[in-house]
Amino acid sequence: MNKWRNIFLAESTLVPLAAILLGLLTGALAMLAGGFDPLLAYQSLLKKVFGNAYNFGETIRQITPLIFTGLSVAFAFRTGLFNIGAEGQFIMGMLASVYIGIVFDLPAYIHAPLAILAGALAGGLWGAIAGYLKAARGVHEVITTIMMNWIALYLANYILASFLVPEGKQNSEPVKETAVITIGWLSQMFDSARLHWGTLLALIAAVVFYVLLWKTKLGFELRAVGFNPHASEYAGMNVNKNVVNAMLIGGMFAGIGGACETLGVFHYMSISAAMPGYGMDGIAVALIGGNTPLGVILGAILFGMLSFGASGMKFGAGVPVELIRVVIASVIFFVAAHGIVRYLLKPVLAKQKEGS
Amino acid sequence: MEKLALFFPFFLSFFYAFFISSANGVNCLDQGQTVVEMRGITKRFPGIVANDNVNLVVRKGEIHALLGENGAGKSTLMNILFGLYQPDEGQIFINGKEVQITNPNVANELGIGMVHQHFMLVEPFTVTENIILGNEPRSGLKIDINKAARQVVELSHRYGLKVDPHAKIENISVGMQQRVEILKTLYRGADILIFDEPTAVLTPQEIHELIEIMRNLVKEGKTIILITHKLKEIMAACDRVTIIRRGKVIDSLAVADTNPDELAAKMVGREVTFRVEKKPSVPKDVILSVENVTTMGNRGVNALNGISFEVRAGEILGIAGVEGNGQSELIEVLTGLRKVQEGTIRLNGKEITNQSPRVISESGLSHIPEDRHKRGLVLDFSMSENMVLETYFHPEFNQKGFLNYEAIDKHAERLIKEFDVRTPSIHTPARALSGGNQQKAIIAREVDKNPDLLIAAQPTRGLDVGAIEFIHKRLIEQRDKGKAVLLISLELDEIMNVSDRIAVIYEGKIVGIVDPKETDEQELGLMMSGGKTMSGGGNG
Repeated sequence: MNKWRNIFLAESTLVPLAAILLGLLTGALAMLAGGFDPLLAYQSLLKKVFGNAYNFGETIRQITPLIFTGLSVAFAFRTGLFNIGAEGQFIMGMLASVYIGIVFDLPAYIHAPLAILAGALAGGLWGAIAGYLKAARGVHEVITTIMMNWIALYLANYILASFLVPEGKQNSEPVKETAVITIGWLSQMFDSARLHWGTLLALIAAVVFYVLLWKTKLGFELRAVGFNPHASEYAGMNVNKNVVNAMLIGGMFAGIGGACETLGVFHYMSISAAMPGYGMDGIAVALIGGNTPLGVILGAILFGMLSFGASGMKFGAGVPVELIRVVIASVIFFVAAHGIVRYLLKPVLAKQKEGS
Repeated sequence: MEKLALFFPFFLSFFYAFFISSANGVNCLDQGQTVVEMRGITKRFPGIVANDNVNLVVRKGEIHALLGENGAGKSTLMNILFGLYQPDEGQIFINGKEVQITNPNVANELGIGMVHQHFMLVEPFTVTENIILGNEPRSGLKIDINKAARQVVELSHRYGLKVDPHAKIENISVGMQQRVEILKTLYRGADILIFDEPTAVLTPQEIHELIEIMRNLVKEGKTIILITHKLKEIMAACDRVTIIRRGKVIDSLAVADTNPDELAAKMVGREVTFRVEKKPSVPKDVILSVENVTTMGNRGVNALNGISFEVRAGEILGIAGVEGNGQSELIEVLTGLRKVQEGTIRLNGKEITNQSPRVISESGLSHIPEDRHKRGLVLDFSMSENMVLETYFHPEFNQKGFLNYEAIDKHAERLIKEFDVRTPSIHTPARALSGGNQQKAIIAREVDKNPDLLIAAQPTRGLDVGAIEFIHKRLIEQRDKGKAVLLISLELDEIMNVSDRIAVIYEGKIVGIVDPKETDEQELGLMMSGGKTMSGGGNG
């Protein structure tokens, strides 16, 4: 019992919690200033998320890709890299999986895994390009990954338009039934909310994230390079190889996320003028989660709830979408600026130190 | 009434200062008035008290040494005086007036200048530009560079600081760069100059010149506080010395009334031996042979110019030299961190030229790096992880790509016990340890690899006397086990005490190999500066 109390009151738990509360509070002030009822707004947010089975299922659907992109950003961050390119890696994952899903004709037990694997590889390679440019040419990964996002978007549009989308349409053909990873019975339980195996894969990915980084030789090298490339070089590690590896694995997480989104939710991919946005939200999720796998899952849940519940705030309390983004942004702000939170929490934290 | 109350503390301090100076004045009437007084200074950092109720009195026109081991708190005290830190308790009086030095600008206005250990100069700028930086004489919107240069020349004549006002910093010697730093403080009107370990980067000849300069400055009415842990300099240059140990003032006395042994004992808190105990060496086979190695430095010019030497089993070869003469590049070349353009390196007869650091390390070479934070440790890794930084992939720790953390922890526990590394736990991040314990941990790791050749680069930099003794003992132990040791150090004393042979490096070449028993500092100093005396600068 005491242990649980300690975990709950530990600084690493208390600070993000306080940050989230402060963010919601600031959001409430913004809503008040705009003449809306924040209590009603948050109430409708919760009602939207937990109100009925369909919406609850859809919230889970919303959370899933965020776990993947969050893990992607967090993984790169653990190895000293800033992966802004989860977005592009996600798109490449979608594209590869939809291609395999449409073009191949295979039994289900091969087809779906193959499509996901293709998505992982496409996302991974897309990330690895940025890693290679950093290792071989010293180009900063922030620059390359941002550019690669746009290349991914328009490359995907081009390939879709040229090979996969029937003329005059916006959407590709649907993937074959054998490549679909939607869970039919579960969807039915949730009033046909679009639930799929990808959620389970996301949780597995979080475990893989942990084991890979903290239990394996590869993870030891990746973390060493992330913390101190000079000492890693001195210790005989190949820093450049590890940079490529880190971006490859990070990209794979995002790529699987993209694959699950097409195979599990939409079953097709559309020509799109804008990015899906999961990659950018993944940065925030990784930040909220402190780049730990469990933190990423929790961050994705928070983020998914906020962004899915946003429509509830709109209908229930008339809060415009822009203001809802302000709420989300304030939460991120306080999580990122944990110095401020720590400052505000000083009395509480000091008391704890005395107590322990 | 209110005004009077405001003045009251001032009166009080005035009387107090008067009382103090008259009490001390009995035996030093001609010492002039007190310019700096720090009273009851306490500064706490998380976990330690860096300064504990420290009192310091510096009189006008004296060279006052602040003596203490590394981490004793002397730099903290001076950073407080220079406004970089705020004291938790205590008062500071400059010329009898209580002051609050909230930042270095306030210190400048009060006439306090600091010559930092690591020079704060803009390399591509000229001497004049560096001196006036932030305080430029203007004519209209333009900087009046000619006027500035005239002022610099004037200052340099007045205090005997020879500099070329139009030379670029990157092209002048370290000694001249230091003179630029001194001029910088003088240009800002400093009367009280703090020198932070100024001799660390100088040759013996340059040290003499520096002492000469300090005497000139004092003659012109300046006051100097010299932070140092070198007793020789204190005896040669200073008037008074205040000894700090573990944040507390141990004593403050006139240099004329003391001797190096007494100072050392006060500094360390026990009797210390300066000589390193060791048997004569018994050199055997050649372990490392370096032949005509040439490599490019970071500045695009050759850092090593056909360097050749050998290290035999059972001996310690010391490499002496002024910083920046190719030592760092030599280490990097030997350990595989830098490519060789020409020449060959052999370890145990096997060629290791341009091999990867891992291949070289696995061939029997261990390396205590000169910068332990940059190269030696991953500070955010636990001690346990740091202890296997070079061996984590060996079968004893690594099974099919998965690490056996149980074995890794056991290994760390053994090493930490064997080498007496003081750490709360093996899971403590390396960052949390003191410098001495970090260095001990590195040495534990490197020696445990049982190498044929151990390269020790600056192994005692920034460590206290106790840790230095420990490390020297371990180096000699390696030698007595029949291993080869290559010691590269800027501390001449260390080189002379520990090595069996001394090779002097100058501009990327060995200019001579001498026997430490048959040489002295003078000869080494001459060799270190290329056989000529360094007068007025030279050409870095």
